[in-house]
Amino acid sequence: MEAIAHNAVQADPWRGFAAGNWQTHVDVRQFIQLNYRPFTGDATFLAGASERTRKLWDVLGELLRQEREKGVLDVSADRATSITAHDAGYIDQSLELIVGLQTDAPLKRAIMPNGGLRMVESGLAAYGFTLDPVIKEVWEKYRKSHNQGVFDTYTPDILAARKSGIITGLPDAYGRGRIIGDYRRVALYGTDFLRKERQQLFHELDDAVFTEDVLRQREELSEQFRALDELRQMAAKYGFDISRPAVNAREAVQWTYFAYLAAVKEQNGAAMSLGRIATFLDIYIERDLAAGVLSEEQAQELIDDLVIKLRIVRFLRTPEYDQLFSGDPTWVTESIGGMGEDGRTLVSKNSFRFLNTLYNLGPAPEPNLTVLWSTALPQGFKDFCAQVSIDTSSIQYENDDNMRPLWGDDYGIACCVSAMRIGKQMQFFGARANLAKAMLYAINGGVDEKSGAVVASGFEPITADVLDFDEVMAKFDKMMDWLASTYVKALNCIHYMHDKYAYERIEMALHDRDILRTMACGIAGLSVAADSMSAIKHARVHVIRNEAGLAVDYRIEGDYPAYGNNDDRVDSMAVWLTETFMNKIKAQPYFYRHATPTQSVLTITSNVVYGKKTGNTPCGRRAGEPFAPGANPMNGRDVHGFVAAGASVAKLPYSAALDGISWTASATPDALGHTAQDRIANLSHCLDGFAAAGGFHVNVNVFRRETLLDAMEHPELYPQLTIRVSGYAVNFVKLTREQQLDVINRTFHASL
Amino acid sequence: MSQQHSVTAPLSQGQLSGYVHSTESGAGVDGPGMRFVFFMSGCQFRCQYCHNPDTWKLHAGRQLTVDEALAELAPYAGFLKFAGGVTISGGEPLMQPEFVGALLRGIKQRYGLHTALDTQGFLHESVSDGWLEAVDLVLLDIKHSDPERYQQITGQPLQPTLDFAQRLKRLGKPIWLRYVLVPGLTDATDDIARLADYVAELGSIVQRVEVLPFHQMGAAKWAQLGMAYPLADTPTPDAVAVAAARALFAARGLTVC
Repeated sequence: MEAIAHNAVQADPWRGFAAGNWQTHVDVRQFIQLNYRPFTGDATFLAGASERTRKLWDVLGELLRQEREKGVLDVSADRATSITAHDAGYIDQSLELIVGLQTDAPLKRAIMPNGGLRMVESGLAAYGFTLDPVIKEVWEKYRKSHNQGVFDTYTPDILAARKSGIITGLPDAYGRGRIIGDYRRVALYGTDFLRKERQQLFHELDDAVFTEDVLRQREELSEQFRALDELRQMAAKYGFDISRPAVNAREAVQWTYFAYLAAVKEQNGAAMSLGRIATFLDIYIERDLAAGVLSEEQAQELIDDLVIKLRIVRFLRTPEYDQLFSGDPTWVTESIGGMGEDGRTLVSKNSFRFLNTLYNLGPAPEPNLTVLWSTALPQGFKDFCAQVSIDTSSIQYENDDNMRPLWGDDYGIACCVSAMRIGKQMQFFGARANLAKAMLYAINGGVDEKSGAVVASGFEPITADVLDFDEVMAKFDKMMDWLASTYVKALNCIHYMHDKYAYERIEMALHDRDILRTMACGIAGLSVAADSMSAIKHARVHVIRNEAGLAVDYRIEGDYPAYGNNDDRVDSMAVWLTETFMNKIKAQPYFYRHATPTQSVLTITSNVVYGKKTGNTPCGRRAGEPFAPGANPMNGRDVHGFVAAGASVAKLPYSAALDGISWTASATPDALGHTAQDRIANLSHCLDGFAAAGGFHVNVNVFRRETLLDAMEHPELYPQLTIRVSGYAVNFVKLTREQQLDVINRTFHASL
Repeated sequence: MSQQHSVTAPLSQGQLSGYVHSTESGAGVDGPGMRFVFFMSGCQFRCQYCHNPDTWKLHAGRQLTVDEALAELAPYAGFLKFAGGVTISGGEPLMQPEFVGALLRGIKQRYGLHTALDTQGFLHESVSDGWLEAVDLVLLDIKHSDPERYQQITGQPLQPTLDFAQRLKRLGKPIWLRYVLVPGLTDATDDIARLADYVAELGSIVQRVEVLPFHQMGAAKWAQLGMAYPLADTPTPDAVAVAAARALFAARGLTVC
């Protein structure tokens, strides 16, 4: 391998590639379109794990075991991290084909006080580490953090809403994430080319009117210019010169990874996604295979090695954060497959290699492998996806046929379900507002049903003993106005301050200068709110009040149709909620930096915390009981099977939730079919059917209930057991007990 | 002429009513692909190991017209086109031949979906060859190969089922043969071998044989109905027994699952 790298230095990095404008202007998509080879075959060409790969994975396996025991293996608490803060680090240098770690040792976490010092301190304290006093002094006396900036501007309403949990998970104390640098640019062009481009973009603005917008942009371009050089310096510590383009497959993988690594060295973003690199890298692999300098086994080794690195991306987080987003997720999302605008599939052999890592290295939650599904995908790829899902429960599917018309064919998924054009678009992540709680506020006139505190002032409660649908809806409508206004104000505070104090220099250096920004709002409790509306309309809901006159419980007389059974009487209510709240968001007067508002129906694992913070609801759900995750029907209320539940979810219009709609479905292997062949064919047909019905996203879990129960009792036997939860995957044994029970109690579709 | 015919005939057919015990919007084990299943009410068999005894009584179900039944299918038709088709199961669908026939024709005409009929065939004489045209696949359940034992298990004779199999052979209608393996009841080697010989002679219409291990999931339903479950203590057959039964079919060149 060293020999290959050495000889390659002499070679023209673009030899054999079809020429185009991409050679003079940054245009990775055009490079891909002109040079990639669609692959329509099946998985038989794939190579297993090499001896070397297995050895390396074993070395890491021991460290991962220690980490599971301790929670956090080690922390570099001696310095605030940056792209160049640490020396080169290795797992076992003699075994690694792709190198680079976030700090100087594997699984050693860095601290990133730009987001907020308090988050760092409590994260350290939770695992028995102490902060270097100099760092503390710097961030207390001389340097302001994002977190401080945000709290300098919040309103009393925002603080109250945050405290009561009607708005939760706001990225005001940690990195916002959900920004994907186009890491491929570093491989294709090298940092010299990219720095020149930044310089040129900077000088194009020399004669502009120096408004605040222009000044900010100029400062950012300078930061980006510097960050690209730091990226070069960081790679140099590992002995690589990435000022020039990659000349072969190994370098292409290494350069791309270095670019991503720089991002995760500097930013503790909620989601640090990778983009859409598989087919891009395939072009380099195909060239080397054709030249006879790379074998299939070696190609797989490169991808296995890259994936090993992606599996050990870590951030230091607090226990409160873990409660919300459990299992140490990093959302290293890689989007795989999809179709091109010209009708050719974007599936390449490398799409298969990425999925194959789940066999070579075993199942794992990261990287978050996301298949962009289209009914037009080649059958061989569809079948392999279904097989991998059934065997590992480690992949998620998102509907390329929904997204391609909006985002083209070079978009990627950030985090769980957020589509964005790579290098041309970013989002201001906005966590989510709790619609179920908003309904309770409508009933109680803005008083929190748990604390009794006034959170939204100026509202009158409902005093009737039986809830009247029209009265509730009129008040609910007004409460959603208040919620949308409070929520968007909070997001404006957050993103203004994040740009100011924790700007993502290297990620934005790998974007175009002029990009689309979305403000990604979100809703939680959709099924609880819809079912509550249905109960109020179709049954009789009596209110039970406490001594203070606060509605704290409900008694339902009669039946009501529940969301998740393909019943329009209630599914239309879920649709109405989604559209109505989106319209209320859109109606807000200002979005920071001219962002376009969007929303998601996604909770990740926060459905548990949302449930905890919400009292009894008119649908019969008990106080504290977890919400259903994402757009899922409430646990146990979807009684007509997987297809009916999917049909209900598929009715939610993507146009009103452009940041994604998440559905998690679980099935036992037996329900999918009698034979392995049947199960693969059935799952692949189901995915086609769901996609054709307009369904946006589905997490597919295939396992038996007993397996999960056993894993709760004997976690040591299931270190790699992976399950999909609203938008991402986790090691089951790393979930809190509460979340494990939630997963198990969720509808097991023994019959699909 | 033909237009008038197509307007009036389905209308009157659409008004036919029948008893449907329940429906399921997706099942992976009742025919090829994912199926929408109509479980019809009513069965004249009283199989000791029945896992749906709640479907025995005809009038225990919902009364639906063919049009209403077809309307319930509508939201899934697009999905099923990709994913599989519709299976009419039960109960015993042939207890309601007029309704089921009209339903099958409606499924074909309105949605063009693949259809499967899950039956033990006892009542096949009540339907014509033309009736069977709307059926793409028969899931034929043969409970036992020995006439006496068959009568014991089901309370009915075996011969009509065998006649039905011959009729399907004559019509060239594809079959998935289903055999439930119940320890102590249907797991004797000779009995299975005899059945396997018979099935092998049916030739290429037998697309697959499914040996279904007996399970206890029906026990709760027997209890709910207040009936004593004759097989309450019967275990699930072990993997070795299931493999042995499958091998007997496979040895005769049959495709076994």
